[in-house]
Amino acid sequence: MKYYLLSVMQPVGGMPAPEVLEEIGKNLDVFHQELREADAWVFAGGLHGPESSTVLRPRDGDVLITDGPYAEGKEMLGGICLIKAPDLDAALEWGRKAALATTLPIEVRPFMGEADG
Amino acid sequence: MTMDIEAVFRAEYGRAVSVLVRFLGDIDLAEEAVQDAFTTAMLRWPETGVPPSPAGWIVTTARNRAIDRLRRESSRQARHAEAALLHAPDAPPEEGPVRDDRLRLVFTCCHPALALQARVALTLRLLGGLTTAQIARAFLVPEPTMAQRLVRAKAKIRNAGIPYRVPRDADLPDRLTGVLAVVYLIFNQGYEGREELCAEALRLGRLLAELMPDEPEATGLLALMLLVESRRDARRDDDGVLVPLPEQDRTCWDRDLIAEGQELVRRCLRRNQPGPYQIQAAIQAVHSDAPTGDATDWNQIRRLYDQLLDLAPSPVVALNRAVAVAETEGPRQALGLVDALDLDDYGVLHAVRADLLRRLGRDTEAVREYEAAIAFTESAAERAFLDRRRRELTR
Repeated sequence: MKYYLLSVMQPVGGMPAPEVLEEIGKNLDVFHQELREADAWVFAGGLHGPESSTVLRPRDGDVLITDGPYAEGKEMLGGICLIKAPDLDAALEWGRKAALATTLPIEVRPFMGEADG
Repeated sequence: MTMDIEAVFRAEYGRAVSVLVRFLGDIDLAEEAVQDAFTTAMLRWPETGVPPSPAGWIVTTARNRAIDRLRRESSRQARHAEAALLHAPDAPPEEGPVRDDRLRLVFTCCHPALALQARVALTLRLLGGLTTAQIARAFLVPEPTMAQRLVRAKAKIRNAGIPYRVPRDADLPDRLTGVLAVVYLIFNQGYEGREELCAEALRLGRLLAELMPDEPEATGLLALMLLVESRRDARRDDDGVLVPLPEQDRTCWDRDLIAEGQELVRRCLRRNQPGPYQIQAAIQAVHSDAPTGDATDWNQIRRLYDQLLDLAPSPVVALNRAVAVAETEGPRQALGLVDALDLDDYGVLHAVRADLLRRLGRDTEAVREYEAAIAFTESAAERAFLDRRRRELTR
């Protein structure tokens, strides 16, 4: 088994209408439940927007704190889902479900090393 | 390399790598072991002669090389791989599972998570045994660029955990489409003179058709490639100038390849599950049926293009259909269709338009289109042909 990170790529800017969000939320609950039942679940969660982020940079032995995201972009990391899967095909299948549930592009990336169990 | 070893290499490299990949689960290690085995063969066979089963000899030797190498390492991964190798049978059986190994590797190389060019390059490298330099030449890129692409693709297979297996039935149609596209790309890559690439594509096409008898598109692709390949010798005149299909000397066509291709097309027709490759093969079969260019059954070809456009609509298919329309309804109708296409960056469009304008006697416009077509083509044979036509109009 390997760990794979599914990153939800979200456009920066306005949120979808509440009824759209509600639908997405329901679909995500189903997706997460499916992950748990398949014993592929590790962790998943949505992130607050980049305006809520803070960057820490080492400088001359000290650390500088600045407001805002590390890099400005048209897309942002909207949320993550960490899963266990035997191979990329299995991870991509979960990624496909995540893309359909979130209606957003999903980046699938393997962790180094093996996952337990 | 003596001819014997070279022949064994061409025939067996892909098979040996596939078998070793299955045992080892590591493409690089498998390739190294097989290359080691061929190096040993080059040293030994000239003295001992070629062994009775060269393929078995290569796999066994590669396997022993891999075991030696793994013993020198001590990681958990190496010990697992060594155990797998030690428990593997001495020589692979000649039929069945061995072939599946190659198919498994084709599907691994053609995984949709890899860039399309990387899929083609990896397939050529691992199944065809082509060197990085040969693949780089085929893609017209510098060798270090191609080497880097291959390294990255292999690293992605390893690190992302792309599995070594033929996908489950449910994924097969999706995956097969990609595999067939890669094989056809390899064939087209070789179409402009790189015979060894066409030969490799044909070999892979035969393998797929044999391994997947229930997939008519695999049979269709093989038929298409055989029928196109049958005209290789007629496609250029003595000066290396391209000869268009209707004007080709049909006595130069390879009758064996045509017979094989036509038989496969008939097999597809009997199954009646048409797909884009099968229809393209059927079109080529109609061409190959005609004793002379003038005797070509263009109505039949036109109907097949209608069907193809229905099934797999694309501007390129529409352009090819327009060529058939020119023969059945006349160049004026065809020109109307071509003008409606948004394909200005496609050199063939300009060549077709030039020909239609020429036939309509609109010479000045035709010359302009020939010039546009010449600017687009990268093939010397094609350029020479277009240039000749252009000069005929300005004389």
